[in-house]
Formats: sequence, structure tokens, C-alpha cells
Amino acid sequence: MIWHGRKIYQGNAAGEALVTRMGISFFGGVDPDTGVIVERGHELEGQCISGKVLVFPTGKGSTVGSYTLYRLRRNGKAPSAIINMECETITAVGCIIAEIPCVDRIPIDQLTTGAFVVVQADDENATVEAILGNYEI
Amino acid sequence: MLTGKHGPATKKAMEILAALGAIYGAEHMVPVTSVQIAGVSYDNLGEAGLSFLSEMADGGGKARVLTTLNPAGMDIENWQALGISPEFAEGQFRVIEAFARMGVVTSCTCTPYLSGNVPHYGEHIAWAESSAVCYANSVIGARTNREGGPSALAAALTGCTPAYGYHLDENRLPRVSVDVRATVSSNDAFGALGKAIGQKLEVAGEKPLVTITGIARASVDNLKSFCASIATYGGAAMFHMAGITPEAAQVAPPERIMIIADEDIAAAHASMNDASSEDVDFVSLGCPHLSIGEIARIAELLKGKRVKKEFWITTARPTRQIADRMGYTAIIEASGAKFAADTCCVVAPIKGRFRALATDSAKACYYAYSKNKFKTVLKPFDDVIAEALR
Repeated sequence: MIWHGRKIYQGNAAGEALVTRMGISFFGGVDPDTGVIVERGHELEGQCISGKVLVFPTGKGSTVGSYTLYRLRRNGKAPSAIINMECETITAVGCIIAEIPCVDRIPIDQLTTGAFVVVQADDENATVEAILGNYEI
Repeated sequence: MLTGKHGPATKKAMEILAALGAIYGAEHMVPVTSVQIAGVSYDNLGEAGLSFLSEMADGGGKARVLTTLNPAGMDIENWQALGISPEFAEGQFRVIEAFARMGVVTSCTCTPYLSGNVPHYGEHIAWAESSAVCYANSVIGARTNREGGPSALAAALTGCTPAYGYHLDENRLPRVSVDVRATVSSNDAFGALGKAIGQKLEVAGEKPLVTITGIARASVDNLKSFCASIATYGGAAMFHMAGITPEAAQVAPPERIMIIADEDIAAAHASMNDASSEDVDFVSLGCPHLSIGEIARIAELLKGKRVKKEFWITTARPTRQIADRMGYTAIIEASGAKFAADTCCVVAPIKGRFRALATDSAKACYYAYSKNKFKTVLKPFDDVIAEALR
């Protein structure tokens, strides 16, 4: 299955999807040293976003969250790509300064955790390809 | 700029603005004449934020328009007296140095409009610091969105910002009238009014631009307190206030009316008083930063007296220097109160250091509770000083 979305930050990535229907606040919601989601009551609480293709509807919380994405990158704990329904300022700025490929306007309710996802965001017409049930490259 | 001809920092800055423009459907960039950057305290930035700023400075980033800074996490010259650790000070100095290398004026104040970064009516600017954004849009009639730290820096390094949101006429029109049927005269009451309006709108599940009527008088000091509060509790970037906002005279107040009565303000005020005078071990005035008129009043009330609690007077460095010349500083320091220029009780690293804060600022109450785990006492300006003497 291939979807076409909007490029927020360029790059190519492939990896296992980690999907949530809840918004993510990077500042205070994700441990910048470990990549583990620490927001109390979040459906991904305790899970690590490092190296994953992180899929969530949209970002929330403090604008300092952009720096958290940057810090995750510096610590080698960043997600390999981010896919949003609708990207907002904090995530967009964070992906740009941390150089994390980011695509939005993707029907994320059709993606499931564990699916192998290929993100190609080298030009304006970015694509997200999900290879369901195939976890190997 | 996007091709990298002006260096990697300018390229990164333009990438940020282009992405924001695309997200919000901006059709073009608009030149800005003034920038205010937030995200200066080492307490909020950490090593990661600092390394980003250093990278931008190393990458040749240079401010193209007048750019000033939000408060730092400490008084740059007098940090030891405030109990700041040498490790924190070292990190904070590196942040300031990175900004200075980019040609940013390291003013370290949340009230740029009192310290030489003053736009005029209709000017396009890119400000972070939510209280100053609200003041610029609503009191001055300049035009800015609520920028974050990186997007404000990006505007500084490129001299432009995407034209969306509050830069456009159609987004500066009010949709709901708020009629204040109560007497509001002191900073703390204006702060409570900001919270009351913010919460009523939140309950309604919307964030419309409002026209506020029924305010007989509001000083600049009252307005800075009100702007800080309605931005903190209501997320507002702008309001119209009859008799204050330049654009308010050009549009009739919307027909849909929300009423704020004495009891609404009293309830908001009470919600920021969860401590008693006996609990108070920290007193702070200057959120947003104090004006010289307010400092003169503090000196008048502290003259010849001794404070019995840790008392921070937070203001901008130039205001402190005028206070020095006028002898206010000597009077205030003789009382045992401490000047904390360049910083404030919201961004200094004081989490858990005190039990309860007494202040006249609704915004300070919010961060005292959520960030620093203090209880709060909200009182009129003169009564806060009395609290320090008790």
C-alpha cells in the first residue's frame, strides 16, 4: 500500500512503525536521553521511539519540544522518521533542526504498529509505503 | 537562502520558515523589522538546545534585523547572590555567548517594549514570549504570531517570516465580545481577569479573538500583567480592548457577548491563592519585568525597613541601571531584598527551593505551581511588599 503525503522535512527512511492515535508532547512527554515515552497515561507510555517510524496524529505541548527532538538526535535516540495526519509547528521545527524525515497528510489510521514502513521524502510528493507483515528489509 | 549561498545557518533558518509557511498555507514571506527570541534560560534549553544554538552560530548565522532576548535563568552579573550553581552559570554564559556571536542583543527581558525594541502600529515582527506577543498585537497594533524559540531565531537570521495568522487582516478580527461588569484596577486583578476570560473560552472549547469592553482605565503596568495572564491561561496571541487597541476603533464589537462579573474575577483570584501568609517563604515582583515606576514604588515602601523573606525584584538590566542612578537600588538592597535583573522567578532554576510564592502576577502563579511545585499567594502590588516585611 502506498500513500502520497506532504514533505515536511526531506530524507528517506525505513523501519518498523510505532503507531498511536494520541498526540505526542516531546517536551516532558519523551525522555530525551532514552527515547522512552514517559507521559503519564499515554497509550505508548514505556515504549521507546528510537529508530522507529513514529506515527501519530499531531504534536502538542510546549514549543521547547522542538529541542527535545534535536536532543534525541544528538543522543542517537531519535525516531528514523515521523508520519503525521497534520503536522504542527513544534514537530515540524524539531524535525528540521534534528534532520528527521517527516511526512504528513497520510491516513494514519490505516497504519499499524509493527508494519514495515518505507518513507521517501526527497521531493514535494513524498510517499509512505507500508509492507504489512513483512518486518525484514 | 535555501540554496546555502548564505551559509548553513541561514539555510537551516529558511528551511524552518518555508516549512512553517507550507503548513499554515502562507502564500509568501513578509519582511520583519524586529525579533524577540524566547528559550534563553539554560534550565529550559539544556545541553541540546545549547548545542543547536552553538551550531547556528558556528554556521555563520547573523541577525539581519533588531533582535532581542528573553530572560535568562540567572542575573548575568549577580548570579551568586541568588544561589545559582557555578555549573548552571557556565551553561547559561555559553547560551548568551552563542546568541551574541549571532549579533543578537542579549537584553534578557520579557518586556522588549520597555527596553528599546519597540515596533510601531502595523509593523510586521516575529516575537516569541507569549506575554510580549499579546502586548505587541493588542496594545501596540504591531503584527506577530506566537513564535517558538527556533522560529524566532530563524526570522532573525533571514529577516522575514511566512505571512499567515496574525500578519493577515482577516485573522485580526474579533468574534466574541467580553463585557467586563466589574471594577478592575490592580495588576493582580487584571491577572485574574485574564485567567477568568481564558478559562471561560476554554470551557466553550474555542479560542476566538475577543473584544473586551468595560475597562475604564488600564495603565501600561496593568496591561503587561493582563497580557501575560490571558496568554498563559487562554493561549491568546491577541485581543481587542476598547480604548486601548488601535484596531478596536475600526470594528464594531461582535454581537455574541460573554459577561465577566465580579464573582468570575473573584473565583479566578481565589484559584491562585492556595497558601496562607504563614506558608510564604518567597516573594517576587516583576512578572513581566518591572517598569521603573514600579521600582520607585517598591523603594518608597521598603525605605528604612527590613524584609523577612527571600524577596526578588526582577527587571531588565537598563531599568536596574536607572534604579541605581535614582538611589532606588540602594534603598531596596538595604532592606535585604535582592535585585534579579536579566531573569525572573519563571525561568530561574528554583524548582522545589521554596514552599510558597507571594506575587501580584497571575502568570507567575501558573509557573510557580506547574514548574516549580510552589503554592501561591496572589495579592495587589503594595500588599505583596507587605508580605515580604511580615
